[in-house]
Amino acid sequence: MWRKPVLKKTVTAASAVLMCAAAVSGCGSDSSASDGNDQIVMGFSQVGAESGWRTANTESIKASAKAAGFELKFSDAQGKQENQIKAIRSFIQQKVDVIAFSPVVETGWDTVLQEAKRANIPVILTDRAVDTEDTSLYKTFLGSDFVLEGEKAGQWLVENAADADVDGDGDVNVVQLEGTTGAAPAIDRAEGFAEAIKTDSKIKVSASQTGDFTRDGGKQVMESFLNSEDGIDVVFAHNDDMGLGAIEAIEASGLEPGKDIKIITVDAVKDGMAALAKGQINFIVECNPLLGDQLMDLANKVLDGEEVPARVVTEETTFTPEQAAEVLADRKY
Amino acid sequence: MTDTLTPPEAGRRTASPVRGPRLVARLLASPLLWPVMALVVLLVVNVVATPSFLDVRLQDGHLYGNVVDIARNSAPVLLVALGMTLVIATRGIDLSVGAIAAIAGAVACTRIVGAGDEGAAATAIMACTVALAICVLLGLWNGFLVSVVGIQPIIATLVLMVAGRGLAMLVTDGQITTVNNDTFSNLASGFVLGLPLAFLVAVAMVAVTGVLTRRTALGMLIEAVGINPEASRLAGVRSRTIIWTVYVFGAVCAGLAGVIIAANTNSVNANSLGLWIELDAILAVVIGGTALTGGRFSLLGTVVGALFITTLARTIPNIGIPSEANYLFKAMVVVAVCLIQSPRARAVLRVRRTAPVARKGNPA
Repeated sequence: MWRKPVLKKTVTAASAVLMCAAAVSGCGSDSSASDGNDQIVMGFSQVGAESGWRTANTESIKASAKAAGFELKFSDAQGKQENQIKAIRSFIQQKVDVIAFSPVVETGWDTVLQEAKRANIPVILTDRAVDTEDTSLYKTFLGSDFVLEGEKAGQWLVENAADADVDGDGDVNVVQLEGTTGAAPAIDRAEGFAEAIKTDSKIKVSASQTGDFTRDGGKQVMESFLNSEDGIDVVFAHNDDMGLGAIEAIEASGLEPGKDIKIITVDAVKDGMAALAKGQINFIVECNPLLGDQLMDLANKVLDGEEVPARVVTEETTFTPEQAAEVLADRKY
Repeated sequence: MTDTLTPPEAGRRTASPVRGPRLVARLLASPLLWPVMALVVLLVVNVVATPSFLDVRLQDGHLYGNVVDIARNSAPVLLVALGMTLVIATRGIDLSVGAIAAIAGAVACTRIVGAGDEGAAATAIMACTVALAICVLLGLWNGFLVSVVGIQPIIATLVLMVAGRGLAMLVTDGQITTVNNDTFSNLASGFVLGLPLAFLVAVAMVAVTGVLTRRTALGMLIEAVGINPEASRLAGVRSRTIIWTVYVFGAVCAGLAGVIIAANTNSVNANSLGLWIELDAILAVVIGGTALTGGRFSLLGTVVGALFITTLARTIPNIGIPSEANYLFKAMVVVAVCLIQSPRARAVLRVRRTAPVARKGNPA
């Protein structure tokens, strides 16, 4: 009963080592530097490559690891929790110094994280949280604060309420395009936005409906709002894609997006930034996938035995059309 | 006096129009009555919520309003449901249409972006042609699995339903691909003579299919295969060829729908394009009165079903159903429609209803 699993694990580890060797030799000039024993080894398990945002996230982590002199063992879970658990087990086998991962789902991590804890390998969560009773299973969670993103969008609207009242009737009529019902970003961004606009009684959300985070969904819901709601001043879309769909619906109705109806979105992906620079979107709150540098920094601190906060918020900014025009050329995603 | 001899219900759904007072009786006996009634009720609900719901105005030289949007947005579901109707008539089902739509959209968009002249009309036409050609291949694959290998349709098409979306992701590298091509964009957002082009394309496809199936023997042969494949084979019907053909037709319809969906937002997101459209299409077919057990099919019923589903989608934001209650609302409406459509459920309710149909010449 003992030998079999051990053998299997050894084979897994050996094949993993072989694959890593292949990966390292593929890097060319870096391979000689990575032979040093003192180099920090990080195992990173990514959700998958389901969107441009995620791809940018992966690229950022790879680039920052290289810049910080980490040896990165990268594994793509292709959206499956079992792949991710396998990857983490293999990282433990290989005795990496630190494990970081973006959990595919929230639950079911206790066992494998216990194994990591017993092996004395610190774990850092990125982008998504896990749902567990035992918070000692991971050192810190680095990711966006979706409530804060909603608040930033709401604050901008409160500050620009006079401009945003396009039809000049004294009320700022907002329609909201929600993300996928039940998704954390959708719930939190709506909550933060509602909280922020409370300070101005003139601003009210007159209609709100899910557009499933897609352009097609955003377009169809906006088409309906344009017909059923009178005097829409502002659209708040939970992501850029729905905002881009709304732009097309507004144009088809004979209005000018960004002027006749103001648009606020969250994310700041390249297509959204291009629309912002053109003035079709008025304000974008960034949801930053480029958390590589912060992750390496945190990993260094954890390994040096420094105290790190249990929750670290990704450095995120906001963009106006002028700022978007400046950074658009360098936008990676 | 031929009227009195025409058996109501049993006649072809596209039978020639009946003149005289019997027209009303015929209409009331028509299987289309219930889906059309459901659609009318839904429109009334919308008008009560928003009195201007049916308003149509001229905007930049084309018609604009909820009804126009519904017609335009119904094109993809209508196309997919059209193909699905014929597949279901042969006692089959095609679950892969959503994935095929995603592949078509992905291929068309990546071809346009990769072309030398991204904005040219020829680029868009070439890209769409290539996309549809690939759909023919995918349809051949489905038809091969069902008619030659003999796998159950639901399993055979499940293969492509799962694999197809992955294929579409591979084509786009998992990215959202945005295109800038006016010709392509017009396919979904353009207007001809003030009417939405996408809707005209879908209606033209329905018309061509109607002529091909009802003015030739093809429709009868499809129904024969669906009612009893073995008997029709023994009677000399080439059931294998017919089954193969309907799967290819279904895939082409799905591909056209996928291209229109992509053109609607000038982009393709392989993750979400056409997601669950197969279920909407099956629903449209069922609401239209075509039984999942195969045999008789009604193209007009499918058209009504597709319009009903698109109107239902528009109803949700229009009357302000909260996002959380979306699915529940949809489900309740669909259950209600399916119930009033079922003869057995209506028979239970008939106690209170004095139907003119029941009085005269109903064979039941």
